[in-house]
Amino acid sequence: MSAVSLQVALVGNPNCGKTALFNRLTGSRQKVANYAGVTVERKAGELRTLSGQQVRLLDLPGAYSLGATSPDEAITRDVCLGLMAGETRPDLLVCVADATNLRLHLRFVLEVRALGLPMILALNMCDAAARRGIIIDRAKLETLLGVPVVETIAVRADGVGKLVERIDGALPPLSPIAAPADLHAEVRRLIAAAVTMPRRTAALDDQIDRWALHPVGGLLMLSIVMFLIFQAVFSWAAPLQDGIDAGVTAAAAALHAAMPDNTLRSLLVDGMLVGTGSVVVFLPQILLLFLFILVLEESGYLPRAAFLLDRLMVGAGLTGRSFIPLLSSFACAVPGIMAARTIQDPRDRLATILVAPLMTCSARLPVYALLIGAFIPERTVAGIFNLQGLVLFALYVAGIVSALAVAYVMKLVRHDKIEHALLLELPSYRLPHVTDVLIGLWERASIFLKRVGGIILTLTVLLWFLSTYPAAPEGFTGAAIDYSYAGRIGKAMEALFAPIGFNWQICIALIPGLAAREVAVSSLATVYAVSATGDQAAGQLLPLIAAQWSLATALSLIVWYVFAPQCVSTLAVIRRETQSWKIVALAAGYLFALAYGASWITFRIASALT
Amino acid sequence: MDHRLKDLKLRVEAIVDRVEDVQAADPIAARLRDLGFVAGEPVRVVARGPIGGDPLVVQIGYTRFALRRAEAARVVIRVAA
Repeated sequence: MSAVSLQVALVGNPNCGKTALFNRLTGSRQKVANYAGVTVERKAGELRTLSGQQVRLLDLPGAYSLGATSPDEAITRDVCLGLMAGETRPDLLVCVADATNLRLHLRFVLEVRALGLPMILALNMCDAAARRGIIIDRAKLETLLGVPVVETIAVRADGVGKLVERIDGALPPLSPIAAPADLHAEVRRLIAAAVTMPRRTAALDDQIDRWALHPVGGLLMLSIVMFLIFQAVFSWAAPLQDGIDAGVTAAAAALHAAMPDNTLRSLLVDGMLVGTGSVVVFLPQILLLFLFILVLEESGYLPRAAFLLDRLMVGAGLTGRSFIPLLSSFACAVPGIMAARTIQDPRDRLATILVAPLMTCSARLPVYALLIGAFIPERTVAGIFNLQGLVLFALYVAGIVSALAVAYVMKLVRHDKIEHALLLELPSYRLPHVTDVLIGLWERASIFLKRVGGIILTLTVLLWFLSTYPAAPEGFTGAAIDYSYAGRIGKAMEALFAPIGFNWQICIALIPGLAAREVAVSSLATVYAVSATGDQAAGQLLPLIAAQWSLATALSLIVWYVFAPQCVSTLAVIRRETQSWKIVALAAGYLFALAYGASWITFRIASALT
Repeated sequence: MDHRLKDLKLRVEAIVDRVEDVQAADPIAARLRDLGFVAGEPVRVVARGPIGGDPLVVQIGYTRFALRRAEAARVVIRVAA
């Protein structure tokens, strides 16, 4: 690796396409989407220019102003001012502005120019501007601003050539231009001189927003969208899942038949294949869920949903701004909790972080899907709805309702009367780019499969070991697994969990499930495979638990998973984002108490009724 | 009496007159000014929230923002006759 000769930082308003430019310039695949605040951390990448310069490029969170009001904006300010620890002040700033939104974005450009660092202005989304008939006199703008101006289209491969040339060229001379007293007046002057704009908004946005923001129609649309997602996740994925399931079962059976009955066979079949196979089955569902989330993120609809739900969320002690972090938490609470950085208000931010683990993350999906598949009959309700899909939807709703309830209780406890702002930008609608969505899906699939091949496989094998050794001595009555470490640990835990209906097999599965929730499924598969006799061991977890567990136990376990703080990564990211062990303890404590209490009630009621 | 943005009817054009601080060095007012709520800027309410007409979606410059009523109450407007 050659020495970096130039430090360049991308700055600009939120949602002007900095990260898309960054990806295009460095070949990275940082997450992009259509709402303000996708990037909440600085990200570095490198590129080599035509002349062979090695450039270190920094992607910074978007900011409306250098007078930062949120933690992500503060990062941008500190890097620009050279105050960020561990980060040298950039040699060159590439200030990115959305060509369709110059009235807002040029103000920040002027603010950045006053820093006195060499800079280039990149007018991004020039294609969208051209489509709307916006004409920008680039040369004139360059003269008036006194900094080089280039046009870019970050979403096109050939859209950044001029920018690279400019970065490569001699550093534009330092031109310390004091900020004009009235930045807005200056922006108006620039626009009057260099920009012609047929109308202030995109006509299409106006038409869609008439419906999407309508008090009744908008809410109806939002509910339909959310409901469709959950129906689709359950019904569209089924054929693919059945295929994977059949493949795993066949492989396990073949391997079982082909190998002599020894420890290696047990490890390969019971430990590795059955364990990991039981999780891989859920890949289609997880990808479908992500497909919908990615499309929604790219479309620009999410901030609209945040607007529609703001009042409801304020009533519950959150803010409309919590909506996007909480929706991301449906994928995984870790990025969701990090996305809470875009909430300026510390109180709203903390409340969002604390309830984010209650959103049903994709790692819970395998657990829910297994239990629903085993205990909820496949039936059509009211002619069109799949009963299993309805139950899954109800579980998601339960997560949301409890998050609102917990936030409400926190609001009652703290009773402060300070005002908190919303100030949320609604971006222009955009058709999702098929390649971006596909890349996003590919990334999720590889992350998931890496988890299966890494942590899930490791824990499954470890659990297989614990459930196989020590081997039962001659004359030991009862199943061999009862004598193993896992059997003993599970039986010891059973005392704590028997009141909520968990048997010792479930207790064992809870422990590795702390590292990754899906592991609970593979652990159950391994525990039952090891304890099963002979031929029935081949990958049939679902009918096994359907036969052995009571409905009350299954429901209690489902409810446990709605609440339980079953994920070490989530607790770790809470610690990192809040810098406080106290908050981690608070989060883990309240979630555990909720989980135990709710499961206890569920188990008692269900036992009484069945 | 001053007209306030929070009371502006849907899709009626108005002009921003000023943003008032409700406390000393009001950060919300400062951010509103950063976002373009400054004297002479045309402004329009595009939509109102489903519960109690709160928050509002406001078109300012080329951009749309969702603002709560309390935020919009800081913006003093002039309605074109």
